[in-house]
Amino acid sequence: MNNNLKTVDLSKTSVRKLNQTLHDLSAQTKHTHWRILEPRGAHAIACGLNLPVTVEIAGHAGYYCAGMNQLATVIIDGNTGVGVAENMMSGFVHVKGNASQSAGATGHGGLLVIDGDASARCGISMKGVDIVVKGSVGHMSAFMAQAGNLVVCGDAGDALGDSIYEARIFVRGKVKDLGSDCIEKEMRAEHLELLEKLFKRAKIKLKPGEFRRYGSARQLYNFHVDHAAKY
Amino acid sequence: MCGIVGLFLKKPSREPQLGELFSDMLDSMSSRGPDSAGFAIYGATVPAGSLKLTLQHADEHFSWDQLAQGFERQFKAKAPFTVNSTHAVFVLPAKEAAIRRFLREEFPEVRIMSLGRRIAIMKEVGTPSSVLDRFDVRQMRGSHAIGHTRMATESAVTTAGSHPFFTGQDLWLVHNGSLSNHNRQRENLRREGIEFQTDNDSEVAAGYLTWRLRKGDSLGLALKHALRDLDGFYTFTIGTRDGFAVLRDPVACKPAVMAETPDYVAMASEYRSLTSLPGIEKAKLWEPEPATVYSWSAQARE
Repeated sequence: MNNNLKTVDLSKTSVRKLNQTLHDLSAQTKHTHWRILEPRGAHAIACGLNLPVTVEIAGHAGYYCAGMNQLATVIIDGNTGVGVAENMMSGFVHVKGNASQSAGATGHGGLLVIDGDASARCGISMKGVDIVVKGSVGHMSAFMAQAGNLVVCGDAGDALGDSIYEARIFVRGKVKDLGSDCIEKEMRAEHLELLEKLFKRAKIKLKPGEFRRYGSARQLYNFHVDHAAKY
Repeated sequence: MCGIVGLFLKKPSREPQLGELFSDMLDSMSSRGPDSAGFAIYGATVPAGSLKLTLQHADEHFSWDQLAQGFERQFKAKAPFTVNSTHAVFVLPAKEAAIRRFLREEFPEVRIMSLGRRIAIMKEVGTPSSVLDRFDVRQMRGSHAIGHTRMATESAVTTAGSHPFFTGQDLWLVHNGSLSNHNRQRENLRREGIEFQTDNDSEVAAGYLTWRLRKGDSLGLALKHALRDLDGFYTFTIGTRDGFAVLRDPVACKPAVMAETPDYVAMASEYRSLTSLPGIEKAKLWEPEPATVYSWSAQARE
């Protein structure tokens, strides 16, 4: 029996109260492990955490689960709604089911792992987060992605990496279509090494050599009238 | 914003529970649409040659008896009806065009909510829970229902501007999103003989489907044409006499989640609306793909 484990039942406690309790924890807290029951698709569960605690959510979560996460580990034993781990700064978010749109949007750091599929706009405007999707991603994934790595073990939908900046995209399966200014790039030794490390962190066993790399052609960084139709 | 829900029961033995299950789904979408709510429900089928007619009058004390007497004089037949708040459901052995003409001439302030063999549409301004209570939806039975909770963006908060929109006999539509070319499409459709009651964008989508179906399209084909001709953001749920369909635009900004078990197929704007359904823990859950038509029909029923 883990004495540090605290259980919160969301059929009896509001999300607001749960989040406030988690925000009020001190750095010396003994309660480093939380289990959330009956999430029933509620929004904003475990948002804004800023301590290295572990929060397990037993079921499907709604929108913006684990948003703005810092240091904490959030594990969702189900699906998540729009914007899981939105703007995460650090820590680890693990979705054991599927994620809806805009997973990991604008994330600055940390690791987001999705065991199932992520739908449209996964990693939109990501700014340094690492995202590993074991299934496939929907259309417009990594749109305007600025930094970080998006790894897709399955397929990618339409307009992958549209208007991408310096983020790297790795896809193992088929890419339906590349977005504006996104091109396939050579897999060099440094990229194989990067994937090797990332797979270790994400606890997956795949060969980096099976992935292809995509990134910015760097043609749309500054406005140029000849490119007007492509923006 | 708006919330939409749809529930299609695959097992007839579940039909007495439709109102209860559906009400919980609609109520949970209050936060997405507190301005007005409406629903369409498929109940018992009226005999061939008759139509089920849902009418609305702004005055809760309007004399429906007087209207029934008018119908009886005009159509030389009994016009049984049940009153439900501001709405009344009539069964009438008459043709749609004749009913429309009679109402337009004799009772222009009475609004047709729906017309068909099974359909009943009811909608009002107010919170979803007050609308559900007003019409006593929990007591209703039937095979399937769709509903809408509205946060108005494109036109006024009125009963007429509330969803669902009645499109053609036994066909209705709820919409989350906004259409950008609805004025042009409305003009085109008016030229084709489609009538509109409001300036609402979603009514144009409903009118468009009615027009395509009149041209001989199947529902699936009509929705494929809609992908080409309707510009804007949308998740549509469309009810038909024996089933329902879901369509999202190619960009798919507006949310939708679906669940299926051996007992039912359900769709909602958010998973929260599905949590009260029996056996949801074991349901197959997925997010409908953009620009893809999903449909179910009574043939799938056991």
